[in-house]
Amino acid sequence: MLAFHLIPYAVAAWLFLCGLYGIVTSGHLVHTVISLVVLQTSTYVLLLAVGFRWGAVAPVFADISPGVVTVDPVVQALMLTDVVVEATVVALLLAMVVKVHEKAGTLSPDDLRMMRG
Amino acid sequence: MNVKWRLGMFFIAGACFLFFYLIAARNLPPWGHYPGPYGDVISSLAVYQRHATDVVNAIDYDYRGFDTLGEEFILFTSIIGVMLLLRDPKPRGGTAESDEGLSKTVKVSAGGLFGITLIFGLYICTHGQLTPGGGFQGGVIVATAFMLVYIAENLRRFKAIASHPLMEVLEALGAALYALVGVSALAVGLPFLTNWIPLGTTGDVFSSGTIAIISASVGLEVATGFILLSYTYLQDIVSGREE
Amino acid sequence: MKIAGSFLLLLIAVSGFMVVRTRDVTSQTLALSFYGLLLAVMFFFFQAPDVALSQIVVGAVALPLIIMLAIARMKHKEKSKGSEGGQ
Repeated sequence: MLAFHLIPYAVAAWLFLCGLYGIVTSGHLVHTVISLVVLQTSTYVLLLAVGFRWGAVAPVFADISPGVVTVDPVVQALMLTDVVVEATVVALLLAMVVKVHEKAGTLSPDDLRMMRG
Repeated sequence: MNVKWRLGMFFIAGACFLFFYLIAARNLPPWGHYPGPYGDVISSLAVYQRHATDVVNAIDYDYRGFDTLGEEFILFTSIIGVMLLLRDPKPRGGTAESDEGLSKTVKVSAGGLFGITLIFGLYICTHGQLTPGGGFQGGVIVATAFMLVYIAENLRRFKAIASHPLMEVLEALGAALYALVGVSALAVGLPFLTNWIPLGTTGDVFSSGTIAIISASVGLEVATGFILLSYTYLQDIVSGREE
Repeated sequence: MKIAGSFLLLLIAVSGFMVVRTRDVTSQTLALSFYGLLLAVMFFFFQAPDVALSQIVVGAVALPLIIMLAIARMKHKEKSKGSEGGQ
């Protein structure tokens, strides 16, 4: 009845569209940046869902022998660095937002478009 | 264009995206039945080839170490960007505004947690090749430990630590050490970023060759980078409210 | 197990939507912190301890910290500009 094998992919698409909706209808630049973060987390859900196996264990062999069935470690290696780098990229975006606030005095994207010259 | 137009275009684009996405998702493996061969190949080989028990870190710093080098430099460049954008050309004296002040419970517990968090962060940094952890996670934990100093209202001490010129040197050192380890493999006659140091016994802290060294250098860079980041954002506030 | 996993994913979908719908920026930062913690629980369910550790430390602690620092800096500038302009 419920398509269990499609649920994480549907959730990933839903999160992507949520983040995009937040960017499109944002009234505050910091809100835009946080919606970008939500957009990025949709890729985490998708990547982990691709590499998952029911009944398997984590790919850490400190206490189990290397013959046991595990989930896919390559996908996790791709995501590990991404999570930390995302925080610094958000810091860079927020530095630009702080500069915009200094120069223009307002943080609403609609007002910013009308100030030219 | 006004909000209605924007929302309309968003819904049309979203519908197109969903349509193509569902066509593509039908060919993805069903949830929980990962078929592909590469994950199993690496899981069965990594412990014997690299003497590291954490396969994810072995992939990150050895099998796909070049990608992690690029990501580390993304981090480095973003921090340089923030420091360039937000650095004050003249330190302003600032009006020492009075804030409510945090309660004694917060100050005392933050000060007390500093030592534990620092040691825990260093443990996670150096044991990356054995258990889940590694340079990225441990570095952020160490940086959080130093933020606890700021929360404990030791502003003078936080400013002394964070604005020390040694911080910038350590950050550059952490970023450069990764590339230098790769170049050292070139000096021995092997391809860039080969794991050429003797591998040691599996399960030992000093095992798995260059993985431990790279993990430690990444931890150094991430920790000092995040401290510099926080200090750059707090520069105005810290110099104004110094007690 | 399938029911638990699906329930967790549903919770994440709802929480992600609530993060976007919160309009006040300070509350949104706290909602982001909760969302990050929920994601870390999901990563544990998906047998990924490295990524879960990373997500807890970054997504629930360091990222909201950076956002709060940026908001505090903008408010501080506003206050100092207001006091200078008033005098």
